[in-house]
Amino acid sequence: MAFSAFASAPAAAEPAVRRRSWIALVLLLPGILYLLLFFITPLISLVFTSFQQPVINGDIGQYSAGFQWSNYTDSVVQYLPLILRAFGYALLATLLALVISYPLAYFIGVKVRGFPLVQSLLLTLVIAPFFISFLLRTLAWKQIMSDEGPIVVGLKALSIFPSDGHITGTPFAVIFGLTYNFIPFMTLPLYATLERLDVRYIEAGNDLYASPFTTFRKITVPLSLPGIVSGTLLTFIPAAGDYINASGDFLGSAQTSMVGNAIESNFLVTQNYPVAAALSIVLMAVILIIVGFYVRRAGTEDLI
Amino acid sequence: MAAGTFAEKGADLELVGITKTFPGFTAIRSLDLFIPAGSFFALLGPSGCGKTTTLRLVAGLEEPTAGRIVIGGKDVTSTKPFQRPVNTVFQSYALFPHMSVLENVAFGLRRRGIASPLEKAHEALRLVELDHLAARRPAQLSGGQQQRVALARAVVNRPALLLLDEPLGALDLKLRRQMQLELKDIQTEVGLTFLHVTHDQEEAMTMADTIAVMNRGEIEQMGAPEELYELPRTAFVANFLGQSNLFTGEVVSSTPNALTVAIAGQQLVIPSARAPRRSGTVTVGVRPEKLLLLTAPPAAPSSGVNVLGPGRVIDVSFSGVSTQYTIAVPGIGDVIVFAQNMVFGPVVHVGAEVWVSWNVEHGFGLEDSPAEAAAGVADAASAAGADGDVATSALTTVKA
Repeated sequence: MAFSAFASAPAAAEPAVRRRSWIALVLLLPGILYLLLFFITPLISLVFTSFQQPVINGDIGQYSAGFQWSNYTDSVVQYLPLILRAFGYALLATLLALVISYPLAYFIGVKVRGFPLVQSLLLTLVIAPFFISFLLRTLAWKQIMSDEGPIVVGLKALSIFPSDGHITGTPFAVIFGLTYNFIPFMTLPLYATLERLDVRYIEAGNDLYASPFTTFRKITVPLSLPGIVSGTLLTFIPAAGDYINASGDFLGSAQTSMVGNAIESNFLVTQNYPVAAALSIVLMAVILIIVGFYVRRAGTEDLI
Repeated sequence: MAAGTFAEKGADLELVGITKTFPGFTAIRSLDLFIPAGSFFALLGPSGCGKTTTLRLVAGLEEPTAGRIVIGGKDVTSTKPFQRPVNTVFQSYALFPHMSVLENVAFGLRRRGIASPLEKAHEALRLVELDHLAARRPAQLSGGQQQRVALARAVVNRPALLLLDEPLGALDLKLRRQMQLELKDIQTEVGLTFLHVTHDQEEAMTMADTIAVMNRGEIEQMGAPEELYELPRTAFVANFLGQSNLFTGEVVSSTPNALTVAIAGQQLVIPSARAPRRSGTVTVGVRPEKLLLLTAPPAAPSSGVNVLGPGRVIDVSFSGVSTQYTIAVPGIGDVIVFAQNMVFGPVVHVGAEVWVSWNVEHGFGLEDSPAEAAAGVADAASAAGADGDVATSALTTVKA
């Protein structure tokens, strides 16, 4: 009898499951359509563009369908330093943002847990920069760090800085800008996990002879790993493709160009669409590979 | 304690003038306590009486406002929790969710650099009969299994002092009984000092050598379980640890042997040795299971026996092993009698006229003044209500 009860249970549940999946499909449809129209279609178009060849005797920016694999090899060879620089800058900015955000998120999420008002006030301060346009904020930093700005003038007056020194246009300024602009994306997911961190685990760690530092390393960090992973991804991915901070119009110079700047100039200035498309796809592929490895290792907690 | 070695044996714990105030209230008031090495000591009290705070102070998770904590002759008041030779079995278990059961148990050993931590962890898991689940995550275990892992994780370190914060609270009755016995076995086997915090009086009495009953941040009475039960000093202890029938009246005569108290026209005698207050208005009591239910008035008032009655049975509640009768005695109030189930079911029914009697030597007197006694009864009643582990409370309101 018991066996037959088990056997009949799934059969009885089946129509309900089928109906639910049908409803789920209807609910998913707008999202699927949206992705098809605005993600898959442009992606396919981008792939086609990346293989196009110039029209002989045609206008600038006139290309025809083809299979020019050299678009990839040429652009990678030509822009390799920019690609490497993009990932190097993004990595540094991500690490800096993590180092700055973790204590901040820990303070808001754990230390002032008993004071919801202080908590919301501090969170508002973290998000506050979003109320001003990204471009304006970056321009403001350009002003502050410019050669006539207070920082450079002050440092020169104190003879800490050489008289021909600059801050804008240096890798420092670009990494600073990236870090600054992406800190909220790091802080918020970290806060979300740390806010739910059960301090009793920390007490248990202390009770079991772990010093505060060891407790942090062995208990707090592993338990906040989901926040660390999502925060670093939300920072690293957009930072690697960013072209505002590194642009000469903002905090960078020709010496700090990242792959995003190369894509931008090929697309908008030289109208070399196939190269821009090829670079975009290379950027996307490299990010996917890095993120794939990272998430897999984070899942097994090898990172700690 | 030196790194890399186990405590040789349990250490004694001494609390000297410990006071702990939180913003708005005082959790512990000038507490002095000495727990000898190798003993199983229980702190018993209702929620909010300060017992868990005491435990956290010993563990180092809270800092005392005043006073000293001495473990094994060493003042540890200003040391951090990880520096104290103390381990805690937390009420919530607090097993690290990101580690396997084995790694949880080995955690403390690894921190102290003790050789072959995994072997010792396996050994501790065998002690709690969970070695076959060593590779699992805590979330994959049942509540009872998690509790045993938490116990293994603390015991494996052989701390000089093991702190237990209501660790059996989440278990069902049968498993709780089993764990109580296992805990007691482990304690005798490894010879550690156990400090056990609980609100379950039965658990405290089964396991502990010494019980301290706490109420409102102070220790009401301390002693062996039998001593506390048979000779409670305050109304709170009398009603928190089991139930009591309490009567308040005036002392009419006092001899070196016996104290006679007049209660609503009836006279009760208690041994003077069991009565700390011997003049004026006093509260005396007797445990419900010491009472004998009589269906006819006793033939002749014999010495050595107290008789109350006649009264009317107003409630009969049958619980298998025994039957609880509530008897309303005019002028005195409700008296509770536990009668063992010697025949089939209750012997009298609601409405019957009965008398109760008990041996003089079973009575006891309280140290409390009548006002203190009333407050103690109220505290014990609210504690029973809040914790829900004492089904009824013997509230004998005396209209003297």
